[in-house]
Amino acid sequence: MLIRRPPDLLPSEITPEPLTRGRRALLKGLGAGAALAGLGLPQISQAGSLGTLRPSPLSSDEKLTPLKSVTGYNNFYEFGTDKEDPARHAPGRLKTRPWTVTVEGEIKRPRTFSIDDLLKLAPLEERIYRMRCVEGWSMVIPWVGFPLAELIRQVEPNGQARFVEFVTLADPQQMPGVRSPLLDWPYVEGLRLDEAQHPLTLLAVGLYGEVLPAQNGAPIRLVVPWKYGFKSAKSIVRIRFVREQPRSTWMKAGPSEYGFYSNVNPAVDHPRWSQATERRIGEFIKRKTLPFNGYADQVAGLYSGMDLRRFF
Amino acid sequence: MTFQPTPRQLSAIKAALFLLTLLPALYYAHGLWSDSLGANPIEALTRGMGIWTLNFLFLTLCVSPLRKLSGWHWLLRLRRMLGLTAFAYGCLHLLTYLWLDQFWDVDAIARDIWKRPFITVGATAFLLMLPLALTSSHAAIRSLGGKRWQSLHRAVYAVAILGVVHYLWLVKRVALLDPIIYALVLAILLGWRVVERIRLNGPWPTRSTPPAVQPVVFMKRDAAAALGIPKKR
Repeated sequence: MLIRRPPDLLPSEITPEPLTRGRRALLKGLGAGAALAGLGLPQISQAGSLGTLRPSPLSSDEKLTPLKSVTGYNNFYEFGTDKEDPARHAPGRLKTRPWTVTVEGEIKRPRTFSIDDLLKLAPLEERIYRMRCVEGWSMVIPWVGFPLAELIRQVEPNGQARFVEFVTLADPQQMPGVRSPLLDWPYVEGLRLDEAQHPLTLLAVGLYGEVLPAQNGAPIRLVVPWKYGFKSAKSIVRIRFVREQPRSTWMKAGPSEYGFYSNVNPAVDHPRWSQATERRIGEFIKRKTLPFNGYADQVAGLYSGMDLRRFF
Repeated sequence: MTFQPTPRQLSAIKAALFLLTLLPALYYAHGLWSDSLGANPIEALTRGMGIWTLNFLFLTLCVSPLRKLSGWHWLLRLRRMLGLTAFAYGCLHLLTYLWLDQFWDVDAIARDIWKRPFITVGATAFLLMLPLALTSSHAAIRSLGGKRWQSLHRAVYAVAILGVVHYLWLVKRVALLDPIIYALVLAILLGWRVVERIRLNGPWPTRSTPPAVQPVVFMKRDAAAALGIPKKR
């Protein structure tokens, strides 16, 4: 039989191998063809398994951090404290289906969403955001998700809701790190309601066009790009609308080192190191850290009149 | 069982040890070259050089206990190389910080040393290592005199303690396990010395009963051998 080679195949048209593998894993996970149709998988496309994504004007045009680094260098203490631990332990251990997120508290329509409900809640967008870790390194990550504001709109907070608390999975069966009392599990984070409703605040379900890898906080996580990375809670199981400012896990672990706001701020040092510069993963020379991680134009207004040294 | 290497065997042991001391550096050099140190190779390198400084410091501190426990007095002849290796890794650790972390920004470095306790402690430890490295030659030992040389070189205990404090202080509370293990090992190494001293001198060395400081007697008799200096023929 004559095998015809397609003429002039551009290297850019070949799907990178890790993406193919991720896609296959997803296909295997989903199994049923109906589910494929539901997600609107394109037959052949540059886009990954999450279908054709809307680009966003809020995306950065900076050079993306390679997928290998985004998925191989993580802080996700539920799977261990080394940066390589999550990639080593989370895939295969973390069961992301079935998965539910319970939304409760000061809202008119409390509800438990399945992960499939959430994937259909709003059109998925690609958002390329800078991510600045409190430890002094940063990445540029093409997230896939939808604004948290969309979910908030559906559950209708009542007049009492002032803060939103995010509670994440803490299952010692799946998460070896949770077996030791490193932190006060489950990991809890919080935002002020207006921060949560900000158009930049994302509920991410994927990255690089693919379903979120386990080590990055599958199946659904928060992304708040103007705050230090630890504010962006991973593997969320509960979202509570509350009256009082929640006490986050890191505030309990080190009240003098981690505040509720934790906005990226080069002028306010961590007690043990400077936050003036950062190392962008993959780069040699350090960069200057920007106020609000470069999102000051969009978010500085949220904090007008506040002493950001006091509310760090 | 005592083993006493011949001069030729000792040279071979020293050569082998020297090659071993190069291994961590080669590992990191290869890792940088082949991009296998993970997503943040500079951080991995900085940490690696710091950890190996401590490792070689601890190996240096193992010499005396091992010598006492095994009766292998020739182990002392390896101590200088171990100590100098610790110093070399300390230099590399400092260099990664000054160059790859701070890019020789003098203001930032000065602020860092002043403001951040763990850097202050690390810098102090390095400064304390300097005179020890500089006085490691036979000539320096001779010109200082064995006794003074020995008291000067007791600063290695301070270096090791500061090094471990530097490590403890640097990590997040959740990652304390590794530095705590280092602290425990150091406690054993230093604790052994305290116990030995008490065993030899009694718990309260007083002026009326001059302590029978055996190492000093030993040094008088054969200071050169105690310090690992080959006898002149």
